[in-house]
Amino acid sequence: MIEFADVSVTYEEASQPVLRDVSLSIPEGELCLVIGPTGTGKSTLLGTINGLVPHFTGGTLAGRVSVDGQSTADHPPREFAGLVGVVGQDPVAGFVTDTVEEELAYGMEQLAIAPSVMRTRVEETLDLLGLADLRHRGLHELSGGQQQRVAIGAALTAHPRVLVLDEPTSALDPTGAEDVLAAITRLVHDLGVTVVLAEHRLERVIPYADRVLYVAGDGTVESGTPARILALSRVAPPLVHLGRLAGWEPLPLSVRDARRHAGSLRETLPPQPPVPHRRSHATGVTALTAQGIVVRHGAVYAVRGVDVSLYAGQVTALMGRNGSGKSSLLWALHGAGPRSAGKVDAAEKVGLVPQTATDLLYLDTVGAELSQADRDGAATGTARSILDSLAAGIPDSAHPRDLSAGQQLALVLAIQLTVTPGVVLLDEPTRGLDYDAKAALARTLDQLASQGRSVVVATHDVEFAATVADRVVVLAEGEIVADGPAPEVLTASPSFAPQITKVLAPLPYLTLGQIQAVTG
Amino acid sequence: MRLDRALHPVAWWLWAIALATAASQTSNPLLLLLIFAVLGLVVTARRANAPWARAFHYYLIMALIIIAIRVVFRSVFATGITADDHILFTLPQVRLPEWYAGIQIGGPVSLQATLSAVIDGMRLACLLCCIGAANSLANPKRALRVLPGALYELGVAVTVALSVAPQLVESVQRVARARKLRAGRRRGLRAFRSIALPVLHDALDRSLKLAAAMDSRGYGRTGAATPRSRRLTGALMLAGMAGLCVGAYGLLDPSVPRAAGITGFAAGIACSAAGLALGSRRVSRTQYRPDPWRWPEWTVAGCGVVTAVVLSLGLGYDPAALNPVLYPLQWPDLPLLPTVAILLAGAAAFASPPPPAGARA
Repeated sequence: MIEFADVSVTYEEASQPVLRDVSLSIPEGELCLVIGPTGTGKSTLLGTINGLVPHFTGGTLAGRVSVDGQSTADHPPREFAGLVGVVGQDPVAGFVTDTVEEELAYGMEQLAIAPSVMRTRVEETLDLLGLADLRHRGLHELSGGQQQRVAIGAALTAHPRVLVLDEPTSALDPTGAEDVLAAITRLVHDLGVTVVLAEHRLERVIPYADRVLYVAGDGTVESGTPARILALSRVAPPLVHLGRLAGWEPLPLSVRDARRHAGSLRETLPPQPPVPHRRSHATGVTALTAQGIVVRHGAVYAVRGVDVSLYAGQVTALMGRNGSGKSSLLWALHGAGPRSAGKVDAAEKVGLVPQTATDLLYLDTVGAELSQADRDGAATGTARSILDSLAAGIPDSAHPRDLSAGQQLALVLAIQLTVTPGVVLLDEPTRGLDYDAKAALARTLDQLASQGRSVVVATHDVEFAATVADRVVVLAEGEIVADGPAPEVLTASPSFAPQITKVLAPLPYLTLGQIQAVTG
Repeated sequence: MRLDRALHPVAWWLWAIALATAASQTSNPLLLLLIFAVLGLVVTARRANAPWARAFHYYLIMALIIIAIRVVFRSVFATGITADDHILFTLPQVRLPEWYAGIQIGGPVSLQATLSAVIDGMRLACLLCCIGAANSLANPKRALRVLPGALYELGVAVTVALSVAPQLVESVQRVARARKLRAGRRRGLRAFRSIALPVLHDALDRSLKLAAAMDSRGYGRTGAATPRSRRLTGALMLAGMAGLCVGAYGLLDPSVPRAAGITGFAAGIACSAAGLALGSRRVSRTQYRPDPWRWPEWTVAGCGVVTAVVLSLGLGYDPAALNPVLYPLQWPDLPLLPTVAILLAGAAAFASPPPPAGARA
């Protein structure tokens, strides 16, 4: 269906090609998963399929990309609209109309499909993606998962033979992501559409993938079956790492597969892990005490009377679904956000990294941002040395907006740390980060805790919480519903547990490290 | 059996413009009040349950403000008081230098001058409310969709701009909030920069993404049209629209010769029709659920047009009744035929189908 023949892509002013001599073919009806670290050319690879690269982005494409026998060299992307449907990361950015129904019809209007046909296709698509109840709703009142489903529907109504999705869940919370991925797998099975999907929540999609393309970062792309590629790939979910460690063959790709292998492993493991899931730096010294915090937005109480104490050296994960009051609580603890009642006693300065970290950056270069941070209350060079300890090798001359999401986060964190806060709050820092960037962030947070700071990180990511947190606080409807040591809270319910716990339950193991400590 | 559906937006606009034309022909306060009543009735009966439909009362407030401004100006800059005027009260007068004669600030305020200001204001307010009624009855975005093919791009630009504006506001709020987090907050120009740059970056990113998305969804497919025919269509349509505007102005303003107005109008219609015909020769686009044009649309538009024609022609009744005199001051007459015509426009409330219950924005 899709053929790449000796394809190389070089952007203007780049010394290296992003893709080099890629030759592969994707047969009809496959679910093809594209993996690889961020910034290695996944989006470029996807963009070539409908000709957005190079027609829209610029750059040079050597070789030939063809879909259903038509070469992208001969036609601009708009002429491919009937053949290839494209869904991007941020659904809102691609919306042209303002209601669900009109958005679904937009692509067909452009393709001059007869009104009677449009009507039936819209109805079919509404049912297929479970959007029928939302048909008259405004696009901006929908939740993230619903918006992304509308975007997929809008691409599908033109009946494309190929559907290209570039990290469709990276901006969504887990519930929204589940929604979208469930919809995608259903499309593959029910409609037989060829789907090319870039996704970093591998654990959710791998079981359904027929083929994996691994974009290595040096321009090469490896194509093969999921088990073969994952056995070699650096980028893999914890489950696969566990499978490799235990030497399971074939490599399990779902929790269910792994549990069928895990019986013998469970017997060899002691009932209590011999080592904790992480080495805690907590000292027991109170860094911040908050009592009776209430935050009200209009008629809605976002936080309802929360009492919480934070301790120096402790990493706390703040969890809970979207709208449970995590952000409001963090902003209230910092003091910059609204607080209707309650009081916060902070023994030390408090720093907060907001959800959209780039909102804090407004200068042209990294160097200018860093020296601005120094001028705001630190010795010259402080910010630079903090940044280097967090993420080495970001040049002063780079533009902050050109950095990867992980690097931007490190830069903002460095700026906020320059004024030496004793309490560091991070709002959803893992959004859009791949496994490598998450691991780097985990090391950073551990480093901050070892310096005696109290760290609070709001996150949806259970795997991330299992690696970094000493303590987990769960919020629901603005109230604390669980507060305790991470192993206790995270193993309490199977649906809220990290993958390794799911595989080894009822044994309370959280991380790969704990198993390595036993097996050696 | 009449099903609920949205009336064709063009029908509402024709109706409203016709009523505005009628209102501009008269300074009889009773007729103007009747037009207000008809607008109120139809809007209450037939507006949908959507945000844009709740705008009518803003237009009413604007109307009151217009009348008030008119009265205040007329009282303060009082000129041309004759011996027949009833003086209501006298404002303290400002002495202006000799060479500034002709303008008088303050002084006696007469009943006749005030009444004529109220009536003038009412007429203007009535025109405004007609436009307001059209905006509340027909979704402005759906109205844009009926733009002829040659002006399609214009419609898309307006639609996108309308949906991007709230996002821009949201992004300004978010950045301003985030700015509080950074130590050493800046003031003045630097503060502006620290908000404006992230917001502009956001907006640029978003527009690039939108352009890419629209490109991949087939926007701007040229189909069989050549660039030359597209340019010709565009030029004809624009000339036609300009002709229509000039013509409408000429017809509504009594001081412009009627022949000039009619010629402009006719030329505009001819140009637009030619552009439409040329544009529709290449159908590279279709419309989802196009609004049908059936008898309710004919009736609604017809009611409005009849009203406009009756008040413009002035046949079958004494045309002087449309513009009653203030000297001597007397209660205005209510001429029968114009009254019936305006009430007929109110029939639109019953001739049009009820709007759909689910908010169809």
